Amino acid sequence: MSVMNKLGHQAEFLDDRLTVANWGKRNLRKVFPDHWTFMFGEMALYSFIIVLLSGIYLTLWFKPSMTEVVYNGSYTPLNGIEMSEAYKSTLDISFDVRGGLLMRQVHHWGAMLFIASMTIHMMRVFFTGAFRKPREINWTIGVLLLTMGFVEGFAGYSLPDDLLSGTGLRIAEGIMLSIPVVGTYVSFFAFGGEFPGDEFISRLYGIHILLIPGIILGLITAHMLIVWYQKHTQYPGKGRTNDNVVGYPFMPVYMAKAGGFFFIVFGITVFLSGVATINPIWAYGPYVPDQITAGSQPDWYMGWLEGALRAMPNWETTLWGHTISWNVLIPGAVVLGVIINLMLIYPWLEAKVTGDKKEHHLLDRPRNAPTRTALGVMSLTFYMMLLIGGGNDIIGSQFNLSINAITWAIRIGIFILPPISFVITKRICLSLQRSDRDKLLHGRETGSIMRLPEGAFVEVHAPLSDNEKAVILSKNDITPLPWPEKVDANGVKDPNFKKDHRWARLSHWFFSDNVPKPTAAELAEAEAHIRHSAAEGAPVIAHREQLEPEGGVLHDPSAVEADKEPITK
Amino acid sequence: MSEQNTPDVEIAAGAIEPNGDIALPVHHPRRTDFDPRAAKRAERQVSIMFGLSAILTVAFVVAYVMIPTDATFPVPFFGTWSASNTALGVTFGLAAFFIGAGIMQWAKKLMNDKEVVAMRHSLASPEDSREEAIAEFQEGLDDSGFATRRILRRSLLGAVALFPIPLIVILRDLGPLPGDKLFITSWVPGMRIVLDVTGAPIRPADIPVGGIVSAMPAVLPAIQKAEGNLNARAKDVVLLVRMNPDEIRSQQGGTDDEPWDYEGVLCFSKICTHVGCPIALYEQRTHHLLCPCHQSTFDLADSGNVIFGPAARELPQLPIKLDDEGYLVARDSFQQPVGPSFWERG
Repeated sequence: MSVMNKLGHQAEFLDDRLTVANWGKRNLRKVFPDHWTFMFGEMALYSFIIVLLSGIYLTLWFKPSMTEVVYNGSYTPLNGIEMSEAYKSTLDISFDVRGGLLMRQVHHWGAMLFIASMTIHMMRVFFTGAFRKPREINWTIGVLLLTMGFVEGFAGYSLPDDLLSGTGLRIAEGIMLSIPVVGTYVSFFAFGGEFPGDEFISRLYGIHILLIPGIILGLITAHMLIVWYQKHTQYPGKGRTNDNVVGYPFMPVYMAKAGGFFFIVFGITVFLSGVATINPIWAYGPYVPDQITAGSQPDWYMGWLEGALRAMPNWETTLWGHTISWNVLIPGAVVLGVIINLMLIYPWLEAKVTGDKKEHHLLDRPRNAPTRTALGVMSLTFYMMLLIGGGNDIIGSQFNLSINAITWAIRIGIFILPPISFVITKRICLSLQRSDRDKLLHGRETGSIMRLPEGAFVEVHAPLSDNEKAVILSKNDITPLPWPEKVDANGVKDPNFKKDHRWARLSHWFFSDNVPKPTAAELAEAEAHIRHSAAEGAPVIAHREQLEPEGGVLHDPSAVEADKEPITK
Repeated sequence: MSEQNTPDVEIAAGAIEPNGDIALPVHHPRRTDFDPRAAKRAERQVSIMFGLSAILTVAFVVAYVMIPTDATFPVPFFGTWSASNTALGVTFGLAAFFIGAGIMQWAKKLMNDKEVVAMRHSLASPEDSREEAIAEFQEGLDDSGFATRRILRRSLLGAVALFPIPLIVILRDLGPLPGDKLFITSWVPGMRIVLDVTGAPIRPADIPVGGIVSAMPAVLPAIQKAEGNLNARAKDVVLLVRMNPDEIRSQQGGTDDEPWDYEGVLCFSKICTHVGCPIALYEQRTHHLLCPCHQSTFDLADSGNVIFGPAARELPQLPIKLDDEGYLVARDSFQQPVGPSFWERG
């Protein structure tokens, strides 16, 4: 029994009841890798907490009711105007409750930040391959979180019942109506009859403050627990392998950095809410279904779906007395559904064509997974096209362009630009792979030109630092799946031939143009060559880090000499 | 979970592929690590930030009490700002920020910055644990008889499958059935067309050629009052436009005796046939009407047909005529449903 200090006595109470010591000894100094891109997930978590906190304040004053009242309050331009209680209470929060406007703006800025950071976090996870085994489940949870974020955000900005949010709900109702067979019923049940009815805001309120936040909270909890349990991924570097985790201990460094970062995100969000107006509902006026403003725009994260609605050609089918509105159904429901499903299955799809069942804890450099990276950039191009399409009226009026021309550019571009961006990205990745291979075998180009005794000019190459080497060598060379044999050695037909062949083809499409990293033998030879050249004072100079004590492969004084020799052009 | 600064050598030796160097990079000490004055300075910086935060929190309370909500102040290039909101946001925001920045500085300058290594372990359980777990599961399954007693299993699954039905059935009263509601509006033959703001009846002469007027059925305010919602308004609103009769190329109906327009005055639903936004942007010269939501464009001189954008159907036209007092009235109700398409529309 060790000596109990004061802390120990307090901890004893907890440990006697909850066995916390067991957990603590394993976890208090748990190692967390550090990288600036890991910040976005944290940002998403913190902005969710901010939105949760500010939302609680708003519930104290907001009245989710569509009962029509006449406004007579502090915001004089709207005096005498009929509006719903929801809108009126939002005005009161904005103008009469001290700090109310601040809380509203914190809530809205926080929500935007929540979805933005989730989006960027997801891009980081995708491009670095962090979704690979064993983290597929957490990727799935992440996709669901992003989807829930969309729904929650839309529900949130619909609640104040201002002109803009009502217009958004009208569009949502139009999308409901487009659902085949049950659409009309869905709309009548959702709105308690015809649009807009007098029920929807109070129904949406329950969903917005209880149901979806509850789901998000549950999913985030699972997400965090899994991250904790599986240990975080890390970027490649000297000393980092697939079997270790290099970083800082949870207590105190990571705790301090994470805790400090929460306050920074909180501070920036609140500061922004103090100086930058967002969603000035008083300027829009109350919702009336026959009024609208030009330049109606949803919040940014809905922009791409709005763009899809705008760009879709006006196809509609009438069959046996029934109408199918492809023009609304496809952009309003099908596109989102298909994309979410593609995102959900992607980790399994890639695992299948990779054919490996290993755990991956060392992150990929995007260049080392060219097809994945290209698919990602292709998706982003698709997304950007739709997002631009969602602002076609703003772009048209700002740049004096024809809306029709912009819309046609989107309609055509959405099919042409993503494949082009795929090809370009893949070529860039493969070129970077080649350059990496080159760097390993011949060193880094220094830009210094040296004249040899016989008069020839050569460029000086410097050997890579150990860290650079480790990063490049982290590359995971994948051999495509083998082509299946139609008939095996015994003359028995393979019943799965067709299926396996398809997978093999996909696998070859994914991996066959990989530029393999040098083998150990090639590397040793290259190193020997570099040492040899260096010893003779030939074109090689030492890297700065190389000259430091423990760091270097190269410790030749002649290398230092060579450093002084080159004639720089 | 051992943590160590010198990782296992076995892993490096066992690596067949060149997988990089296993030793951690050399640790470069920070100034604060060896210079006590630098450490002291960092300490001072951190405590100043914490102090600033405390002062700003007090400032927040002062601002909350002192600044009335309607006080404003001018900001060059940005118009007039709410003094209360700005003061509260800036003080509270910076109070939080300085706590965060202080902790960050503390972590970066004064806490240990030596990287440590922990080994990962395969997430899969050892094979014997798996076998044991499956054996336990099998034992539990056998105990329950779930696998062997087929009739119990099937009847349970059946009951559980039916069980959620009440949860769905009970949603039935969320709203009435659609019925013919989406097919009808308040417009009936003889209904006066009135201005949607003042409710005043309209004479053709009130609308100049090239003009556009937002209008509604005279009965709408009464319906709205009776129903207590805006449902009727979301369907009934119309636009009156007047153009030179020669410019009208086609209409959705009407004969020479009973035309749907009145001397160049045409009446169309204001609700877009795409997803139901009210349409408001009229281009006088071309007679094009553009929906601000998704830019569906309708040609009012040509039966309200769609000439661009995602809307699939023409804007429904309301047949109009003059009543005995010389005001515009509906000649008939809408001959097709207004607003977005729906499954039963046909």
